[in-house]
Amino acid sequence: MKDSIYRSHVLICTGTGCVSSGAKTLKDSLNEELAANDLSGEIKIVETGCHGFCEKGPIMIVYPEGVFYCEVQSDDVAEIVEEHLLKGRTVERLLFKEPMTEEQIPSYQDIAFYKKQQRIALANCGKIDPEDIDEYIALGGYEAAGKVLTEMDAQEVVDTIKDSGLRGRGGGGFPTGLKWQFAKNSESDKKYLICNADEGDPGAFMDRSILEGDPHRIIEGMLVAAYAIGADEGYVYVRAEYPLAIKRLEKAIEDAEEYGLLGDDIFSSGFNFKLHIKKGAGAFVCGEETALMNSIEGKRGMPTPRPPYPAVRGLWGKPTNINNVETYANIPYIINEGVDKFTAIGTEGSSGTKVFALTGKINNTGLVEVPMGTTLKEVIFEIGGGLGQGKKFKAVQTGGPSGGCLPEDYLDLPIDYDSLLDAGTMMGSGGMVVMDEDSCMVDVARFFLNFTQSESCGKCTPCREGTKRMLEILNRITDGEGKEGDIELLLELGEHIKSTSLCGLGQSAPNPVLSTVRYFRDEYEAHIHDHNCPAGVCSDLAGAYVIDEEACIGCSKCAKVCPVDAISGEIKNPFTIDPDVCIACGACEPECPVDAISQG
Amino acid sequence: MKSLAELKELRNKVQKEMKKRDQGTKAEIIVGMGTCGIAAGARDILKAVLAEIEKRDLDVRVTQTGCIGMCEKEPLIDVKLPGKKRITYGNLSEADVQKIITEHVVNGNIVTDLVIARHN
Ligand SMILES: Cc1cc2nc3c(=O)[nH]c(=O)nc-3n(C[C@H](O)[C@H](O)[C@H](O)COP(=O)(O)O)c2cc1C
Ligand code: FES
Repeated sequence: MKDSIYRSHVLICTGTGCVSSGAKTLKDSLNEELAANDLSGEIKIVETGCHGFCEKGPIMIVYPEGVFYCEVQSDDVAEIVEEHLLKGRTVERLLFKEPMTEEQIPSYQDIAFYKKQQRIALANCGKIDPEDIDEYIALGGYEAAGKVLTEMDAQEVVDTIKDSGLRGRGGGGFPTGLKWQFAKNSESDKKYLICNADEGDPGAFMDRSILEGDPHRIIEGMLVAAYAIGADEGYVYVRAEYPLAIKRLEKAIEDAEEYGLLGDDIFSSGFNFKLHIKKGAGAFVCGEETALMNSIEGKRGMPTPRPPYPAVRGLWGKPTNINNVETYANIPYIINEGVDKFTAIGTEGSSGTKVFALTGKINNTGLVEVPMGTTLKEVIFEIGGGLGQGKKFKAVQTGGPSGGCLPEDYLDLPIDYDSLLDAGTMMGSGGMVVMDEDSCMVDVARFFLNFTQSESCGKCTPCREGTKRMLEILNRITDGEGKEGDIELLLELGEHIKSTSLCGLGQSAPNPVLSTVRYFRDEYEAHIHDHNCPAGVCSDLAGAYVIDEEACIGCSKCAKVCPVDAISGEIKNPFTIDPDVCIACGACEPECPVDAISQG
Repeated sequence: MKSLAELKELRNKVQKEMKKRDQGTKAEIIVGMGTCGIAAGARDILKAVLAEIEKRDLDVRVTQTGCIGMCEKEPLIDVKLPGKKRITYGNLSEADVQKIITEHVVNGNIVTDLVIARHN
């Protein structure tokens, strides 16, 4: 630690998103520029984890003013140093501009994307250097663990978590305190604790961001859980595709060991805890708890029937508690701030906050943490900044590949575990994909089912065969060969797969299909009866394009872009499109200078 | 880590630096760092401010500002205590900086003979 005081801290986000948009070279340029201006001793550069606003990366925040710069490139560094760091003038062109109002916002608390958020799990992400244990400690880190280990008995800890109403953030929403109680009650000479950081949902990256941005919070949450259930050994199961998360977690474990926060006799309490990292190969089903434990044991990552539940017979046959990354990230807050403060956030049956990965046809994609009970509308339109290019909202998909799609009528729905289940979808791990009027819901259902079908481990028949048959039917419908009775068949198959599959993968795989049939049945019917895809996505169904001969000026622009050479003609004479060759991709339409092309 | 007390002791030690990122209200010293200020020696004034703050272990936010139109009075600094008027001092030497920090920032007494403006 350096003793002298820096007058200013420049925080550069080096989360995976910002690194891919150039944060590392940005940091190097800043280092050079500071040295050239003799400012290195006055200004400290801090690498932080993800701010959730990767869309606008690389992100830089300058303290003490707290000015938020986005999309900063190396070329901007000289100006930032000269103007801001030397002369104290904000570089306005790098400030964030609200998409709706075009207003420039200097400080990040005032940006609509952050204003409505409440950060517990992500509290330190983007604020501290994740590779510096002292920064975590400076903000009160490890005090919850210290308090638990030295002042509370195990049952008190379990009761606190029960009273907090915390539910698992990994998908199922099972009450965490109750799960800990089961594991605590199991008598055994050895128990294990697991953190599930497999994060298999396509597009989800909340767990990765927490591990990258605040790894000590996970270690602390696990320490508390291990003490509560009586485990002395733990695993964090991370997919190998998360190299930065693994690197930072490894560093955090090393530093915690050095400080005696992991290892033997922690806080002189007599409690020992050893933590390992296990890298997974990235199969979706390995996120399922029994498959995950098989994978740690070196077996094939396939689920096994429950019961017995992990709390009774888990890893290597010993009682085991398994929770998600975000679940553990909430633990230090609950211990430090108390149950009342936690339950005051959120709704009756779902206390606290939830992190969502907001993606799709929306202006501000990114990671957002909001209190449970926030409405879909607030997340999509206020935090997400609405849909891009003035498009109309059509549906939002929550819960990842096994969740469901909700239509516009549900925009006012307060988001919590139970409200989403009632509406036919689920919380899942927090994926949220926004779709606009150009999305075909049958195609969306087919996309997700295609994912779950290919990730099905093949062990149980309903999931292996059932999802395959459902996918065949969906392919038929989107190819224009849908038959009378297909919808009913999908519903019947879906219900059977849900009720008879071995694990959560099969039990939820039909959800995208069932929910789109429920809310967008007319689109299925249009595909089957009228051989028409209303959104114009399923190209086999879309009508061929035609050229209005009267209007055509024979410029040949359309023919040049046609990917299948369906357009022919002579310059200055009307062109024609061969309807048998046309795939209705629509590429020609915007090219026409006189609007002579339309879909027939 | 042997005890919670030991952890808290470490926390106090490492906390100081993190206060830079604290957006709460605290005393602020603003150094005029326009081209005019820098020409008149504002860089040395800024360094003197930082040295004095460090010596006295004060929790003060130091920021800079551009030219405020009083170039002939540079180098300038402003002192803003929470809930008080912002005071501008001008024609400063490094010794003046020490005096301003001791008397104004620490003890709350404005150094009248160096003041060139008071703002609301
Ligand atoms: C197919 C499938 C994939 C899953 N993937 C994950 C995952 O990536 N991360 C996760 O935390 N839980 C995942 N789960 C849920 C876990 O089985 C388990 O319920 C969870 O880790 C428990 O932690 P929690 O109570 O803290 O949510 C998955 C479940 C299924 C059925
Ligand atoms: S990686 Fe920088 S904001 Fe997400």
